[in-house]
Parts: sequence; structure tokens; C-alpha cells
Amino acid sequence: MTYFGWLLDGANWTGSTGIVARLAEHLGYTALTLLIAVVIAVPLGAWIGHTGRGGFLVVGLANGLRALPTLGLLVLLATLTGLSLVGPVLALIILAVPAVLAGTYAGIRNVDASIVDAATGMGMRGPEVLWKVELPNALPLIIGGLRSATLQVIATATIAAYVSLGGLGRFIIDGLGQRDFGMMIGGSILVALLAILADLLLGGLQKLIVSPGLQAGRPAAGSPGVRRLRAVPSRPAADRDAA
Amino acid sequence: MTWFLGNLDVVLRLLREHLVFSLVPVALGLLLAIPLGWVANRTATLRTVMTNAAGLLYTIPSLAVFVFMPAILGTQILDPVNVVVALTIYTVALLVRTVSDALTAVSGNVVDAANAMGYTPLRRFVGVELPLAVPVIVAGLRVAAVSTISLVTVGAVIGFGGLGLMFTEGFNRSNDAQIVTGIVLVLLLALVVDSALLLAGKLLTPWERARRAVGRTT
Repeated sequence: MTYFGWLLDGANWTGSTGIVARLAEHLGYTALTLLIAVVIAVPLGAWIGHTGRGGFLVVGLANGLRALPTLGLLVLLATLTGLSLVGPVLALIILAVPAVLAGTYAGIRNVDASIVDAATGMGMRGPEVLWKVELPNALPLIIGGLRSATLQVIATATIAAYVSLGGLGRFIIDGLGQRDFGMMIGGSILVALLAILADLLLGGLQKLIVSPGLQAGRPAAGSPGVRRLRAVPSRPAADRDAA
Repeated sequence: MTWFLGNLDVVLRLLREHLVFSLVPVALGLLLAIPLGWVANRTATLRTVMTNAAGLLYTIPSLAVFVFMPAILGTQILDPVNVVVALTIYTVALLVRTVSDALTAVSGNVVDAANAMGYTPLRRFVGVELPLAVPVIVAGLRVAAVSTISLVTVGAVIGFGGLGLMFTEGFNRSNDAQIVTGIVLVLLLALVVDSALLLAGKLLTPWERARRAVGRTT
């Protein structure tokens, strides 16, 4: 296929606008954004989940954000802040926070009340309950939220090339400008691979750090806030035969 | 507001384009997801394979999918078909799991009763299982519709129409009013479509209303 020519040409991989440099930029924006989002959203979500105050806000925010056009937010912030990194990165943070917040909140809220009662009965205080019981139990949903946020940020950072951010999106935007379809396809393949790899990596991390006791009822990937789905409930054999 | 009123004809044209670009994929996606969800529900293996494939498709960033389409479909880079197909794929990816979950949740007793009454599998699916799955499917459809309305704007980056053009033009002219108007219109459109789907779901399931009323009085 001619489409892979650009991607397979070694000359496109090196230099300050090469694939390696753009990939590093993309990873840099993503890591920076997620770090800031986690620092903001995990404590806030844990506090809201622990105290139960303001939960409706978290749910509303996460739902409302789905309708917010990412491109609109990006160009608005870029226009308001001028052509610096600040606008696009701020937009990425705004898009990443609700997913992590909703995941953390739902994770803490979904911790079995009897477990929290047992911890209190053992003499644990509020902060101890939060750190030793609620947060470890909430980890699957927190990481679920982080996975959604990561995909959102990788996708939006690609679009942010339009407002002159670097990263892999540059190949799509510049490729369009130069009528170089091979470059556009190459950039798109790289972005898709990056998103899939990041999601697999976080899925692996989830398996690694979540307590084995919680693994069986793992939530569906990329669906924070959804109550844990159990395995397919068994249906009568007669029903399956008839179908 | 002055910008909005001064450019009403352009805005309405973009709004109409946006509606076509978002509602056609959602409708096509639903039509495809129902049989696929049924298929996914046949065996555990099929279910795992299909939900994983759907998850994988949903992982790929939208801008990349828009660019892939001409290569896969053999269309021109700015052919509107690209956006429609790409967003249909997203909708299917989102809804296959929902439809499959919704059908699984239909009580085995109801299915047995329909079998005992002599329903053929097809008639049972259309007349019993699908209607009972409507509330869950509508919930998924609302998510898909709202995300799609927002995703259509991304296409403007590589030159597709719809309200996203208000963002790219607004950016090029540093016209805040145009960008803000675009954001508000997308949010409003999402809200209207979401409410319409919610209402349609309620109208399609009159028995749910009766059940809720009973729940209140007891």
C-alpha cells in the first residue's frame, strides 16, 4: 500500500519535526495534563465521595462535558490566551478533570457500606477509612476514569495541532496543508496506535495495582460511573435452545 | 448576540448541515447495532470478541478516523460520506455493548412465556425482547447522540461542514463571538436531541410509566 510509504521513510522519523520529536511532544502534553488533572480531581472526587456533598454536581459535570465541543473549547481558549501553550493545555485539563473526578467519586460512593462500617467498627477514623479502605476499593473506577481521560486528552491533543500545538496532530494538519495524504494517514496511524497502547498500558496497570480481591468484579473499560457489571447472568437453557 | 443575528442565514445553514452529519450516523448506527447486539448475545465468545472490537474502535481518536475513511472507502478526502461512515462506526461501537446488555437484562421468564405462547424467535425478538430493552437502549442512544453532535465539529479541522466551521472561522478571524455562538448552539442542539430521545423512549414504553406510578403509591 502506498499509504505506508511516508511512515516507513526513515527521514520522516528524525529531526525537530520528525515523528520521534512529535511523539515526545504528544506524550509530554498528555502526561502534563493528566498529572494536573489527577492532582485536582482525585482529592476533590475523594472528598465529595467521602462526605457525599455535591455529588450531583460531579455527575452533571461529567454528563454536560460530553456535549461540549472540544474544538470549540480549544479555539476559544487559544483565541483568549494568544498563541501560547497555555490555552490548549488549559483546554486539555478542563476536558480531563471531569472523567477522573467522576471515576473517583463513583469509586468511593460504590464502596460497600458494610466494609466502611466494619472499618469504623475497628476504630478507624475518617482519614484512615478514606486512605486504607475507600481509596483502595475505589481504585478500579479511579483508573477507569483515568483511562477515559487519557483517551480524551490524546484525541484532543491531536486536534490541538489546529491551534498550533505540536504533537502528532501536526502531521494531519500539515499534511492537509501540503496536500500530502501519506503524511496525514501516517500521523493518523500513529495517533491511533498511541491511544490503543496507552489504553492497554493503563489496563495492565489496573490489573497490577488493584487488590486481587477486587479483580473479579472489574468495571467495564472506559465506562467510569457505571456500576460494576457482573458476568452475563445465566438464562434458562430452553431460551438458548429456542434462539 | 449581534454577530449571531447578523449572520442568521449562515448559522441556520450550518445548523442544518450539522443535524444531517450527526443524526444520520446515529440512526444508521442504531439500525446496525440492534442486529449486531443480538448476534453478540448468542454466545459468550462472540460477546467478548464483539465488545472488545467495539472498545478498540472507540479508542481511536476521531480526527484519525476521519482521515482513515478516504483510504478505506476510496472516497475523496472531503467527501461528506467519510464523516457519516466514521461517526456511524463510533455509534455502532458504543451501542453494540448497550444493546447486548439490554437484551441480556430481559427476564428469562418473559422469554419463556413468549416461547410457551408459540412466538417464533424473530417475532419474540421484535415483539417482546426489543421493546423490553428500549429503556436501556435509549439511555445508550442518548450518550451516542450527544457525543456525535459534539464530534461532528472535529471534522471542521480538515474542512468538513457543520457548526464546527464556526470554530475554525472564528479562530482564523479571532472572532470570540462566533466561537461562543458555535459552542452554545452545539450545546443547545445536544440538549434538544437528548430531550427528544428521552421523550421518545418514554412514549415507546408506556408500561414503564404505569410501573413508576405503582412504585409511588406503594
